[in-house]
Amino acid sequence: MTVQPPYRPRLGRVLLTLVPLAFLCVFFVWPVGAILGRGLTSHGSLDLSPLGDILGDTGLRHVAVFTVWQAALSTVATLCIALPATAVLSRYQFRGRGLIVAFLTVPFVLPTVVVATAFRSLGIDGTLLAIVLAHTFFNAAIIVRVVGVSWRALDRREEEAARLLGAGPLRTFTSVTLPALRPAIVAASSVVFLFCFTSFGVILILGGPRFATLETEIYRQTAQLLDLRTAAALSIVQLVAVVAALSVAGVMGGRLGRVTRRPPAPSAVPNLPARILAGAALAPVVLLVAIPLLELVGRSLAHGAYGYAHLTETPLGAPSSSLHALGTSLQIACVATVIAVGLGVCLASAVTRRGRPSRVARATELVVVLPLGVSAVTVGFGFLIVFDTPPLDLRTSWWIIPIAHALVALPFVVRATVPALRAIDPRQREAAALLGARPIQVWREIDMRVLARAAAVAAGFAFAISLGEFGATLFIVRPETTTVPVAIFRFLSRPGATNVDQAMALATILMVVTALVALIGERTHRMGVRA
Amino acid sequence: MLAVEGLSVRYGATTAVDAVDLTVPDGSIVAVLGPSGSGKTSLLRAIAGLEPVAGGSVHWDGADITGLAPHRRDFGLMFQDHALFSHHTVLGNVAFGLRMHHHPRVDTARRVAEVLELVGLSGYEPRSVDQLSGGEQQRVALARALAPSPRLLMLDEPLASVDRERREQLAIELHRIIRASRKPTLLVTHDLDEAFTLADTVVILDHGRVAQAGAARDVWRAPSTATVARFLGVATEFDLPIEDGAVHTPWGSVAASTSPRAWVGFRPADLDVRSNGPVEGTVRAVWFRRDHFLLEVDTAHGSLTAVNSQSEPIGAVVHIAADLEAAVIVGIDEAPDGLMPDA
Repeated sequence: MTVQPPYRPRLGRVLLTLVPLAFLCVFFVWPVGAILGRGLTSHGSLDLSPLGDILGDTGLRHVAVFTVWQAALSTVATLCIALPATAVLSRYQFRGRGLIVAFLTVPFVLPTVVVATAFRSLGIDGTLLAIVLAHTFFNAAIIVRVVGVSWRALDRREEEAARLLGAGPLRTFTSVTLPALRPAIVAASSVVFLFCFTSFGVILILGGPRFATLETEIYRQTAQLLDLRTAAALSIVQLVAVVAALSVAGVMGGRLGRVTRRPPAPSAVPNLPARILAGAALAPVVLLVAIPLLELVGRSLAHGAYGYAHLTETPLGAPSSSLHALGTSLQIACVATVIAVGLGVCLASAVTRRGRPSRVARATELVVVLPLGVSAVTVGFGFLIVFDTPPLDLRTSWWIIPIAHALVALPFVVRATVPALRAIDPRQREAAALLGARPIQVWREIDMRVLARAAAVAAGFAFAISLGEFGATLFIVRPETTTVPVAIFRFLSRPGATNVDQAMALATILMVVTALVALIGERTHRMGVRA
Repeated sequence: MLAVEGLSVRYGATTAVDAVDLTVPDGSIVAVLGPSGSGKTSLLRAIAGLEPVAGGSVHWDGADITGLAPHRRDFGLMFQDHALFSHHTVLGNVAFGLRMHHHPRVDTARRVAEVLELVGLSGYEPRSVDQLSGGEQQRVALARALAPSPRLLMLDEPLASVDRERREQLAIELHRIIRASRKPTLLVTHDLDEAFTLADTVVILDHGRVAQAGAARDVWRAPSTATVARFLGVATEFDLPIEDGAVHTPWGSVAASTSPRAWVGFRPADLDVRSNGPVEGTVRAVWFRRDHFLLEVDTAHGSLTAVNSQSEPIGAVVHIAADLEAAVIVGIDEAPDGLMPDA
């Protein structure tokens, strides 16, 4: 005889899992399945010839090789430029440290189109250098944040023990510090690699005709050559590569998050030589982030701020004014945020619900995080081939774009909320229950408080992602749903200085709005912590 | 009255609590005592409804509450490391249970003041719980558990997180508070002093089973097995035959039951160095213990541990006397030489 545990899965919990899972099945699994179907079958039977064609085509083979090459190069460049800065930022405490960390995080929430536009304004577009620098600009924050957290939490006593046992500073670093940081470095590097591998806007705008990756090639095959079978086959190659990269990272990374009880307080920078060294470590990454942003703002103000002055006008060949695009973007971002945060919070709660983690919960978590690896272009392409015919014809629906954005943002929302919920001491819930709180009251009193803060940050993030989303949008956008990134891209692809001015102005506005939203999310979080 | 019958808790193939019987009569304080890993906390959590029960039952005043959800049990639990709500003040913590029971606001403030006074923290209402000392947090946790007037108070290692120096004083104070609250109380601990200071009834748990239960004084005086005796501080032991209804120890004969052999044990405090002590031995090791010294002495009867008010040099010849009244005697039905029961 086994008496049931007092906590039983209830109807609410089942719904909590089923609704988001149904959403993922319809809007993620189905489109990806359709891509697989297009690429691997012909007239209802297995047909691998499109995959074979890719391997046989020198041009496409070159694209695949370049995709890996530029991602690897970008990852190494990001590590080289960000790790020294991370060391300084996590080792030392000095005035302006927080400011620098916040500043370095700005690019991360910036739309790819804005970043690409900023680097274009530097006049180095069409080169591999531009692509690598733009990727470094974007991803330095990931290294600084992820590795920095580990570095700050590192138990300094292990290093001290090594020093007392006779290891010099360099030996201590290579034999104690570096191994301890390895999981964080591998995790951060694999995320950077993945982002560079699936980077779309940067390559499309900065690559020019010379450089193409799998992502931009999928877009070209779809939008220009109308060869959906080759596009699908390319998507499959891309999917396989992403899954492989994730698995390698999983095997190499080991366990993340060996956290010490009380992290040591960072010390002040000791002396003048150390200060010069610290400055030299920080300067490259700070300049890398500052110069394009300043250049972008400067260019947007050129020609008497022409770009801003003509925001309300409807440009030739465009369906509506840039101001209209801004309105559309904000509306879509609001809806996408509501969907992503709503579903994400449900999923996070379901995954972390009390009790030992079940197999279902673990599977759910995996399914949710998958879209993180699958690129936005795949999402857009999948939407394009699935939702243009009944049973679900969303081609002309306004909703298709916020849904796509929500899908792209969902993994980030889940990733932001799950750790917060996991961090709740289960005894807090037990204490509340023993004091007479019903399950719903326990949720409101304990989980909700933590969730509200995490959800605020996630919402800011989801909003920023939606504002800047470009890859998926480009596939499914319609004239009346033109978003700001798409409008910027259209301006950039038209000749003439006035079009460039408008692009720069729009990119600057998008940058400011995105940064503001991210800031508000972060503020809400901080206030929640203090209250 | 709490009545637990045959209660078992399993984690996969491991049985943490194995068919435990236990009662907490109204107005009494029961301590479950056992080494770490003996299943104490699992037992407590199962009684609270926080752990699934693999067998047996929990009754309150005759009503079966085995499957009742924790929030309907009306039991108060003080968690080992308190599990205070860090997002609430002292007031928010102590008032939490009252809020869940929909107490009127006016009553709540009065009741919070009342229990805070009981635990000696009057006026602490607006403080943040993060800024309290360990001892103060412990009292807030106690006040929080007591505030909704639970029908049973449960304490999980109540003094474990308190400094050793303060523990004895706090144990006495805790005893006063529990007595004043007149709540039947069940506490689990691995600390002998804590259990014997606080409880009138002691239940010794070993590998998930009840090894012995009874009035605190009886259990202390007459452990029922060698394992319990060792856990209760017996450091010197002999395996001796029973002849004519008595065992013959090096210090004289003690009456014993009819078992063929007996396990005889002494706590260090019951063996001491005296010039006329009948057993001679040489000092092998000395430990300083604040107000006395512990001597390990080799004798013709084996090694024994005794107390002395002063240190002795290693190798010194000493004479040991014993308090025969305090000897712990456990009957052994059959024991081959060198094998201790329950070992």
